[in-house]
Amino acid sequence: MSRVSPRTEPSVVHVAARLVATRPVGDFQYMTFAAPGVPDLARPGQFVGITVGGPTSGALLRRSFSLHAVSPAADRSEEDILDIVVAANGPGTQWLVAQDVGAVVDLVGPLGRAFPLPRERVACVLVGGGYGSAPLFWLASALRDRGCRVELVLGGASWERLFGADKAERYADGVTITTDDGSRGHQGRVTDVLGDVIDGSGASVVYACGPMGMLEAVTSVAADHGAVAQVAVEESMACGVGVCMTCVMPVRGSDGVTRMVRSCVEGPVFRGDRIRWDAFEQGWCRVPDDTLGAPIVPAAPVGAGDRPARASAPVEADAPEQAASAESGPDASDEGAQ
Amino acid sequence: MFGRKKSREGDHKAATADPGAPDPGAGTTAARHVETDLSVDLAGMTLPNPVMTASGCAANGRELARFFPLDDLGAFVSKTVLLDPRSGRGTPRMAETSGGMLNSIGLQGPGIEAFVTTDLPWLASTGARVLPSIAGTDPRQFAVVAKTLRTSEAFSACVGVEVNISCPNVANRGLVFACDAASSTEVVDRVREQLPDTPLFVKLSPDVTDIVAIARACLHAGADGLTMINTLLGMSIDTNRMRPHLAGITGGLSGPAIRPVAVRAVWQVYAAMLAGTLPTKPIVGVGGVGSGEDALQFLAAGASAVQVGTATFGDPHAPVRVRDELAEGLSRRGLRTVADAVGLAHTRLP
Repeated sequence: MSRVSPRTEPSVVHVAARLVATRPVGDFQYMTFAAPGVPDLARPGQFVGITVGGPTSGALLRRSFSLHAVSPAADRSEEDILDIVVAANGPGTQWLVAQDVGAVVDLVGPLGRAFPLPRERVACVLVGGGYGSAPLFWLASALRDRGCRVELVLGGASWERLFGADKAERYADGVTITTDDGSRGHQGRVTDVLGDVIDGSGASVVYACGPMGMLEAVTSVAADHGAVAQVAVEESMACGVGVCMTCVMPVRGSDGVTRMVRSCVEGPVFRGDRIRWDAFEQGWCRVPDDTLGAPIVPAAPVGAGDRPARASAPVEADAPEQAASAESGPDASDEGAQ
Repeated sequence: MFGRKKSREGDHKAATADPGAPDPGAGTTAARHVETDLSVDLAGMTLPNPVMTASGCAANGRELARFFPLDDLGAFVSKTVLLDPRSGRGTPRMAETSGGMLNSIGLQGPGIEAFVTTDLPWLASTGARVLPSIAGTDPRQFAVVAKTLRTSEAFSACVGVEVNISCPNVANRGLVFACDAASSTEVVDRVREQLPDTPLFVKLSPDVTDIVAIARACLHAGADGLTMINTLLGMSIDTNRMRPHLAGITGGLSGPAIRPVAVRAVWQVYAAMLAGTLPTKPIVGVGGVGSGEDALQFLAAGASAVQVGTATFGDPHAPVRVRDELAEGLSRRGLRTVADAVGLAHTRLP
């Protein structure tokens, strides 16, 4: 049933995926789909795009979800299976989590770049914020298969906002839990404990997935403790396949030049120290002045259709934080998740 | 459900029986199926079918080529290319709305030099018929971009050029070219000078008082056809933060929500052509096309081809699906060619 790229090796498929299992886990929904062709192509850190709302919906755009796990069919009696973790942050994801077993959705995947795996058997720390931990368990297995020591650090606002804490021990050589309210593990944030975990394990790579503020802090702590951060980012996406240019962020390339790059095809995984964190403020991301092709200020009046990027954000009310990175789509900006 | 096999050119002739449907266009029953030829000639652009991507909704081809061969399209319309590289705006750049979306990208792109050295040769290698979309911030820039295209090695892959005049003219207080007949004329003049023999399609903005007047200015300046419509200027407020949703404050509204506006614009301009107050030239309809039925609306209103834009964000196969559905829809109505459907609704008034 899958439609694949006809002229090159298939890297992505567009299929009708059938919901085969669904259950709540804390504040999230754990959903399992039969999605022919996706598992064999997918690697940890990649995501899938799912249409929401059904055929008569006014919601046109896909929602993107990190792959939590995949399981290729072992033989003809089995199906290709994938798992995602959904936070119902907006109308689109609320529709998705309300679907019953047997429901069929339009799914494209796998999409995006996977977490790069180290060549050496180095120790790694995997940091997940909220359901941002979803892709990390699969990554942990891949790393341990290579002989890497794996430490998991999971954090959330409260125990209900943790994902995978109960099974973390099976995937890692060490597990540390933090919650903002102290309802489980250490009271505080993942970055309060991260330095000690890096030092204690001698890790040289930190992988992280979660809200942008957390990813920035993780990048900073990793650098202070001699580790490289690889982070999976969240940006609002319309298409997920690289054509709409909405999910961009300023990232410094290996040539030192900052470009507005698409998090769906050039990401979602970036080296943390390449992201221009200085451009993010209060839910806006401006274009740094030294970005290739940055606008020259000032120019046209408001509403003229093509204005220079704002140099600074306007005053705002006390606003919720960005949604976490396990899902990014139009819903992600509907309300805060973390 | 999504397992439709892509059909190659030549298979586009939907199957058929009854060759003589008595009331072309009205029939909707299977008995009236005829063999439909999807090929079109648009001001000298000979295309195997009338379905194109819409500028800015398909990047420069590599991404969609993972889903279908680009030469399955009537033409591939590139993302608008300007003289210099542009970073575009900050984020958020997108807000989903009922039946549509707002975007505020800011014409991000690599610039014309990178386009002709990297993107266009690659597009040529796929066999795609390319309709590059060009723009500038003043008329001179349009001319330089057009000249760079014409003198590039892969220019032979271009079946025409689409001129995006929905961008601000820095020489005229930032007023969008498409909102001013004199500015539109000046741009088309300058591009025409550089591309005397290339089919030129000018893409019009709906955000004008009289779209027929702008169409007239463009056609009199030498445009071979019109692409209608660009996005409508819109805005959305993020009520969690009580501030504009988009970093660019305002954005372009696209998707099914604007289809009635687009069909109306095509209707008005085609009606003026029928009335003899505008030169008769092909119209490419765009705005909320997501199905074959949507495409038929545009043809019946007077368009000779359609572009698929926002629908591609939700379904990367949308352009080829629309093509197949259109073939089926024409056939089912007993229409043997695309031209048979063009303007049909103008003959069936109350």
